[in-house]
Amino acid sequence: MADPLLEIEGLSKAFGAVVACDAVTLSLREGEVHAMIGPNGAGKTTLLGQLTGEIRPDAGRIRFAGEDVTGLPEHARAGRGLARSFQVTSLFSRFTALDNVALAVQAQAGHSFRFWRPAARETALVAPARAALARVGLAERADVPAAALAHGEQRQLEIAMALASGPRLLLLDEPTAGMGHEDSGRMIALLSALKAEGRMTILLIEHDMDVVFALADRITVLVYGQTIATGVPEEIRANSEVRRAYLGEEAAA
Amino acid sequence: MARPVVTRLVLWGALVLLLALPPLVQGLGADFAVGVATRVLIFALVGVSLNLILGYGGMVSFGHAAFFGAGAYVVAILAQHDTQGEPLVTWPIVIDGTQSALIAWPAAMVVSALLALVIGLIALRTSGLYFIMITLAFAQMLYFLFISLRAYGGEDGLSLFARSAAGPLDLADDVHFYYLVLGFVLLALWIKRRLVASRFGRALRGIRDNERRMQALGFPTFRYKLAAFVMAGAVAGLSGALIANQTEFVSPSFLDWQRSGEILVIVILGGMGRVYGPVAGAVAFLLLEEVLSAWTDHWMLVLGPILVLVVLFAKGGIWSLIERGETTDG
Repeated sequence: MADPLLEIEGLSKAFGAVVACDAVTLSLREGEVHAMIGPNGAGKTTLLGQLTGEIRPDAGRIRFAGEDVTGLPEHARAGRGLARSFQVTSLFSRFTALDNVALAVQAQAGHSFRFWRPAARETALVAPARAALARVGLAERADVPAAALAHGEQRQLEIAMALASGPRLLLLDEPTAGMGHEDSGRMIALLSALKAEGRMTILLIEHDMDVVFALADRITVLVYGQTIATGVPEEIRANSEVRRAYLGEEAAA
Repeated sequence: MARPVVTRLVLWGALVLLLALPPLVQGLGADFAVGVATRVLIFALVGVSLNLILGYGGMVSFGHAAFFGAGAYVVAILAQHDTQGEPLVTWPIVIDGTQSALIAWPAAMVVSALLALVIGLIALRTSGLYFIMITLAFAQMLYFLFISLRAYGGEDGLSLFARSAAGPLDLADDVHFYYLVLGFVLLALWIKRRLVASRFGRALRGIRDNERRMQALGFPTFRYKLAAFVMAGAVAGLSGALIANQTEFVSPSFLDWQRSGEILVIVILGGMGRVYGPVAGAVAFLLLEEVLSAWTDHWMLVLGPILVLVVLFAKGGIWSLIERGETTDG
């Protein structure tokens, strides 16, 4: 089998007495959609933060595409093809949808010490941005300021920005958070389409089991900072420990 | 996007008025007004420089007078060494004083830029209130440094023997000086419009709106902020060189915290994130000062409420009454 795209080894992080991440070991295969589930406070977002470089781990290593990135700052990891979407929508609210994505393209298009040419007229920035908007179905809304978009559209824009950089690994932090049934259905369709393209590996952090079971190739369950199981959806469904720790709540409901 | 007609009219009207101002006021027998207008334009220029980091970069610098004052002192100190015939530095190389604008003014920009580089390297590691405090602290350090420099007049300041020599231009002539300053302001506005619409300008505005997201996208934000801070420092240094020539006098009061506050007020009053805002702000602020201070020493009593009204009802400053939204087109 090919080398894994992302390898996490013994990753630990404590905030005071709270161990948010306890010797987590995980590897992601190239091209798979890997879901990470777990109850609130299981340390999912802390793990994600360590992957992007926002949070420094206390111990452990992260290898991405064969390179140790544990000590790299956030922007350097993004430059190597690691993109994320935020759980709480984090956009440039005064910029239009198109300019939001164009900024994401610009981030990967070399340095920005270019002082003279109007960026709005640079095809190298605008064309990929329009393409990314079209991929998530927002082509019509290109000139609307991000703040004026509906919640579901803002989440789609988040994905477009992550796509714009042409990432190898996409980290999605609860892409359907706060969405109604209809919006969430549209997001699942969008993510399925991306998965079908097969160009990216996706790590999906998600609460909504419908989303997880609709998309994931493999699932890892995180409880109190520890991985208690990793496997294909059927294995996870059948795992008694998982049922007790997590799925039980849903089964009872 | 095309500019609205009103904005175009205001801009062209202002340009014509500024170009025609010297003969106009001289015809009215109000020659002193040329000096006042020059002063307004110099403060507009320093406002334009602060607006780059405040309005487009979200960096609330409360120490902008440090760069302004440093630029003024560079011109004055070089001129003093020249008139006294003593070199500024004798080791390792001899640097003589000078009264040439071609040397002294770029020197003012370089010194202010380097100062901004050093202050920025430290201050930009903080943000929010801490950034305000640390820029203020640096400016005050410089203020007390110049107070203690007896050789350069200490608290009393330093007089210039004459305005800088600028080739064919006779800067002693107020009209020549006015047009030169106007030229600098127009040049700065043109460069700034290009700058804010460029990739660099977009990155800067992105950092202002959401720095965390910019980092996640892959922007090394610190270096862009630092670059903007240094550019703003250099232009403030040029403004300082101009004000030293305008008043033919410099003193530590050029770089105290009240001066930093005035520059902030000019930008906020005129409109943050509006290219032409600081010009409107400088006109409003200095003319109010001119008119009100003739009437009462406590003119700040009137300015205060006006500022409160602007902040409450015209969040984008005076310029937002003319043009909606920030200036971002090329």
